[in-house]
Amino acid sequence: MKYTKSLYPIVKKESLGKNLVKIDILCPDIANAAQPGQFVHILPEGMTLRRPISICNIDKENAVLTIVFEVKQEGTERIANKNKGENLDILGPLGHGFTLKPEAEKVILIGGGIGNPPMLTLAKYYGSKATVISGFRSAECVILQDEFKNTGAETILCTDNGTSGRKALVTEPLKELIKNNNIDAVYACGPTPMLKFIAAIANEADVFCEVSMEERMGCGIGACLVCACKLKKEGKDVMGHVCKDGPVFSSKEVQW
Amino acid sequence: MANLSVNVAGVDFKNPVIPASGVFGYGREYEELFALSKLGGIATKGTTITERPGNPAPRIAECPSGMINSVGLQNPGIDAFISRELPNLLTKDTVILANIAGSTIDECVTIAEKLDSTDVHMIELNISCPNVKKGGAAFGVHCDSAEAITKAVRNATKKPLIVKLSPNVTDITEIARAVESAGADSVSLINTLLGMRIDINTGRPILKNNVGGMSGPAVFPLAVRMVWQVANAVSIPVIGIGGIDSGKAAIEMMMAGAKAVQIGGAIFTDPYAPIRIIDEMNEWLDKKEIADINEIIGSVKPW
Repeated sequence: MKYTKSLYPIVKKESLGKNLVKIDILCPDIANAAQPGQFVHILPEGMTLRRPISICNIDKENAVLTIVFEVKQEGTERIANKNKGENLDILGPLGHGFTLKPEAEKVILIGGGIGNPPMLTLAKYYGSKATVISGFRSAECVILQDEFKNTGAETILCTDNGTSGRKALVTEPLKELIKNNNIDAVYACGPTPMLKFIAAIANEADVFCEVSMEERMGCGIGACLVCACKLKKEGKDVMGHVCKDGPVFSSKEVQW
Repeated sequence: MANLSVNVAGVDFKNPVIPASGVFGYGREYEELFALSKLGGIATKGTTITERPGNPAPRIAECPSGMINSVGLQNPGIDAFISRELPNLLTKDTVILANIAGSTIDECVTIAEKLDSTDVHMIELNISCPNVKKGGAAFGVHCDSAEAITKAVRNATKKPLIVKLSPNVTDITEIARAVESAGADSVSLINTLLGMRIDINTGRPILKNNVGGMSGPAVFPLAVRMVWQVANAVSIPVIGIGGIDSGKAAIEMMMAGAKAVQIGGAIFTDPYAPIRIIDEMNEWLDKKEIADINEIIGSVKPW
């Protein structure tokens, strides 16, 4: 079975700052099957629609998945209000994850704000071969820097206002790294305008690049066609779907 | 275990539970979770003559006890449906209802003719999609146009013909009577209600199409009322749709007069919803010592 739906217990919950929550979930079926870049579809209790949340860490040994998400509105708030020992209704793992390149020698992982969590699974895979560029609005929004460092990856922190790390957009260090190194792959997750610029830089330098997109979803498994994303495939305009064709897409196939 | 089998317009269903058109695609994704043979039937995604890309995203938003959606009939077109999806569906030991949603009468006729030469079990004519500019609900909100399109499709196929009705009308019984007189073998109702949500922080509608079809438990009482009215107004079988999310809700819809039920948005909340609903109906009937589901169809005793 590719994906499953069940109730799974929260084994740990912590706040990572304003409106940011980290939850560890004991879910053997999902943890065992999950790949970097995939997501889980979680039902906020009492609501109609599930909320897609990217997977931040896959601990197959302990059968634990970690998610980090931002509390935006009522749905994410209801998920965040669940405590250790309580269950979450989860469908997963879902979607098409990142393409892993065992032969790569140097890769760049870029996370913008709440786009940082899914980069941790990749940082663990690539270790010291990876440079992680994390961008945040300001120092109080910075998350996961120790976790990225612990993977052996090099880290570059940027903030919009310079209150932590470099005062720069993530695209600045990306341009420098691409110019001065042989980069085998760029992976990115974050706001769509950021992904658009990253895709343009990677495409111009002819570097393999994948981006993780976000869209409001229905079923989460590719049946209802709600989470449409305009793609170009074999020269033809097509409507792809973030839940099944993505959330990870080649930077060359997304129509920005 | 009560008997759950029903007959709608001459077609036998092993149980009355059918995933509604749109939420279930062509079943492939749900087959990962359960055997499609457990279902009474499957209503396939609305098919047009050629491929349609659908509306731009966002296409969905949550509502109190429900949702609104505006997919806009994205589908690969009738030829791709017949060659790529239908043969697989016909091996699943369940009734296949091919939902057709052309934007003109001629288009619907051509699609129906193409389906007539396949082994599909039933045709569900969608005259009620609120999310497309041409066709869709434009046919379903006037008696004349509903009757004309039903008559034309009726003449194009011998397959049992279900017409799916819009609730966005003054009197749904008039439309039901019009399609019955035009030769429909059954009616299914309700399609979604036209709704709207606005993001008050941006002042923009959440859906890129501005408006979309509302469904979910919030519309259930309205659907029960319309099914009851239509079941009393026509002599062809009624398929009840709208906010059914439990076995008890399915039983209630059947008491109102539905011979079968379709499950829509509940599948987003719980992908196992159709299977759970079948199990819950069985449990309820056993508890009440009712041996046959047919005993409850239209059994409501109005005051």
